[in-house]
Amino acid sequence: MLTYILRRLGIGILLAVLVTFITFWMLSFSFDGIAGGILGPASSPERIDALQEEMGLNRPILLQYGEWLFHAVQGDFGISYFTSEPVVSAVLDRLSVTLSIVLVALLLSVIVSVVLGVLAASRAGVIDKTAQGIALLGLIFPNLLIAIVLVLVLSLNLKLLPATGFVPFAEDPLGWVRSITIPVIVLVINGISNMMAQVRGTMVGELQSDYIRTLRSRGIPTGAIVYKHALRNAAAPALIVLSLEFIQMFGGALIIENVFALPGFGSFAFNSALQGDIPVIMGVTVFSTLLVVSVNLVTDLINGWLNPKARIY
Amino acid sequence: MSIAVPLIEEEKPTAPRRSAFRRVISDPQAVITGAILIIVSLLGVLAPLIAGHGPNDASLEVVNAPVGTPDYLLGGDQSGRDILSRLFFSIRTALESGLIGAGVAIVVGMTAGLVGGYFGPRIRAVIEQVFNLIMTFPGLLLLIVLMPLTRGDHRITMLIFGVMLSPGIYRIVRNVTIAVRNELYVDAALVSGVSTIRILGRHVMPVVIGPVIIQAAFLMGGAINVQSGLAFLGVGSAEIPSFGSMISSGFQNLYVEPFQFAWPALLLGVFTACLVLLGNALRDALEGARPKPTKVGKLLRAADAASAGVQAEVTCLLEVRNLKLAYPSPTGELNEVLSGVSFTLSEGETLGLVGESGSGKTQTAFSVLGLLPGEAVVTGGSIFFDGRDLLSLSENELRKIRGREIAYVPQEPMSNLDPSATVGAQLVEGIRASTGAAKPEAKRRALELLERVGIPDPNRIFGQYAHEISGGMAQRVLIAGAVASRPRILIADEPTTALDVTIQAEILDLLRDLQEEMGMAIILVTHNFGVVADICSKIAVMKTGEIVEAGEVLDVFRNPQHEYTNMLLDSILDEGALRDDPPVTATKQLNEVSR
Repeated sequence: MLTYILRRLGIGILLAVLVTFITFWMLSFSFDGIAGGILGPASSPERIDALQEEMGLNRPILLQYGEWLFHAVQGDFGISYFTSEPVVSAVLDRLSVTLSIVLVALLLSVIVSVVLGVLAASRAGVIDKTAQGIALLGLIFPNLLIAIVLVLVLSLNLKLLPATGFVPFAEDPLGWVRSITIPVIVLVINGISNMMAQVRGTMVGELQSDYIRTLRSRGIPTGAIVYKHALRNAAAPALIVLSLEFIQMFGGALIIENVFALPGFGSFAFNSALQGDIPVIMGVTVFSTLLVVSVNLVTDLINGWLNPKARIY
Repeated sequence: MSIAVPLIEEEKPTAPRRSAFRRVISDPQAVITGAILIIVSLLGVLAPLIAGHGPNDASLEVVNAPVGTPDYLLGGDQSGRDILSRLFFSIRTALESGLIGAGVAIVVGMTAGLVGGYFGPRIRAVIEQVFNLIMTFPGLLLLIVLMPLTRGDHRITMLIFGVMLSPGIYRIVRNVTIAVRNELYVDAALVSGVSTIRILGRHVMPVVIGPVIIQAAFLMGGAINVQSGLAFLGVGSAEIPSFGSMISSGFQNLYVEPFQFAWPALLLGVFTACLVLLGNALRDALEGARPKPTKVGKLLRAADAASAGVQAEVTCLLEVRNLKLAYPSPTGELNEVLSGVSFTLSEGETLGLVGESGSGKTQTAFSVLGLLPGEAVVTGGSIFFDGRDLLSLSENELRKIRGREIAYVPQEPMSNLDPSATVGAQLVEGIRASTGAAKPEAKRRALELLERVGIPDPNRIFGQYAHEISGGMAQRVLIAGAVASRPRILIADEPTTALDVTIQAEILDLLRDLQEEMGMAIILVTHNFGVVADICSKIAVMKTGEIVEAGEVLDVFRNPQHEYTNMLLDSILDEGALRDDPPVTATKQLNEVSR
């Protein structure tokens, strides 16, 4: 099992190298713009050239990338062109904001999806109709619209919650809860639309399968059959949706963070990409790739535990 | 399962095209959403002709003009541009984004899926890795990083985004292609020298196209959402009118003119909602209705009140009286699968319930167990067990009878064990539920039972999963579970059909031994007269939901009264599965067993 994990991590690191190289290569098409961006709009072509020379941006791509990689493997991701912050600490700062929102949203999505999905599949009728209606809601309307409507109603009209901004948990727990409530609701509405449909669908299938009937014939209580047996068998596909959902929420946080002015990973990546802050873009790429790789690894490990047939180690 | 339930015919995606089209246009949801999409799209396509102003024509007089200003029907925005015209052009942008995004995803995903699904595992492995890489890319981030390259043009952005959407399509097409590739008719076509291209075009494409069309609607919605999101953030050229940028500027201007925000938001919402709803409607129409949930343990009640009041005058262990069972058809009327089944079973007796598939024998067995699917309706009759009508009991009361008094051995051993719990855990749980034993006691009992049903190494099997043991082993495990609480009736539904011939005999011997040991009655559902002759004392022959003949095995075999019984017996004798003197063997054993 340990060798399996190490191998997967190894592949993950190779993947990160590949992804960062592709990103770097694509960035290289716009090195002109980057130097121009640093100097400001009124700069002459000569000064741009000079700065590129100074930054080493007109050297061969492979050389530049190799240099970056050489430092990166030693944990040195450089400093931001614009704020002079070290990339690692800046990325980790923003990552904690985004993760605190995404993880809370994910947890709530799982709870709502499992409870509603299982109830819909095992009780049918009105509960099923309601659950399906809720799931459709998140599919039908774009995140952006849901976010704006919630701000309009909850913040601007009812003045219940702040429309924008972020309060760190350590500073003021209640303020933290208030500052992430609307973003979390938006992500949850979207999250449950996929996950609940998945849980409901697999549970319907499981509950109609032969082994459930046999367990019932043994006089085992319905609750134990639904939650212990059917849900456990339905959990593996749901888990895969969950991991995709995590990656999607993480990416989707970009729009949410900008709407709500949250200093998270997404808005950070957005701003540095707009500015052409190469060290930050590269750092952001590395961390998001590693995050995705770890999420996938953890998913596969839990999957193996849930589904004895799928054990790969 | 041997039910004659006329459920909806499973329509394969290969169904004739015209009928698929007809199903789509007779579905109101598909028609309404489709019509809205066509109308809105037309407005976008015709934007240059019908818009009164260019999307970026600004006029100082109409800055924040209200709705209804002459020539500016929906007013002007904060830069003095005509909102209505900008809406038309925004539809155009959304349409282009959706078509490009979905188009690229489909072309890339479908090509890779066909290649990966059709050709060998090595090519597939390479393609698989490429798509894993695509899925690892932080999508939106990449679009922003590439902004200098795309210059904010939504068309180029969507070209890239389409590639990121393609893994979904790839998965679907690959799976369908692998499935078709393994069909025998494709092998036949290959053998007769049909070229790969022709096979892909002729046999694979028609199957793939349905799911892809459905996905196209969802993909377009997704692409439009992302494009709007990016435009809202200000990624993209300010020259290009789009819902995102209109919402953004309308939002900033919310207190001056709330409608500036409302129009684009409404249109975007309607457009994406229609795409998703259309996709759902297409899926239902093309792929048939999805399985519907039914309440677990829904109670069966006789709809016919007359039979409910009948007082039990029951002398034997089990009496099924005039049992009628029906399933609702898609149109709502009831289709009867059992039309008045009656039989009795005494202590220690073995009844063979015989008939061909669809005769209702399994339905009869499940009725006695109270394990019918949720949509089944008992339309009349009663099932007396020990003087109580099982049909009038609550799920909780039934649960106490199931496992404890009436137990069940299924037909297909593998699918009847929970795949993710160990054999032992399942046995222990059943034993605890039916006997109330504590855990260590239940475990000891489970090991004893495993040994009793002839499993050589009970301790090893105890910790294994269903997929690790053989079918014969699994059937023994299931029998062990069924007899754990020494039930008074054991209902075995074709317990040997799924097994090898050599194991069949062993399982029948085991059932006979256990019956002798525990004195239980057995209802054996089977289509095999050999099995009946081997182990049963009484027989009931079923045909289309009725018992056409019943009696002692010996009598029925010797002197079948009903034409159908005769026919069944003949068809077996012709195959030589029974010897000329079956009654003699049968009687001997019967006399021993049913003492």
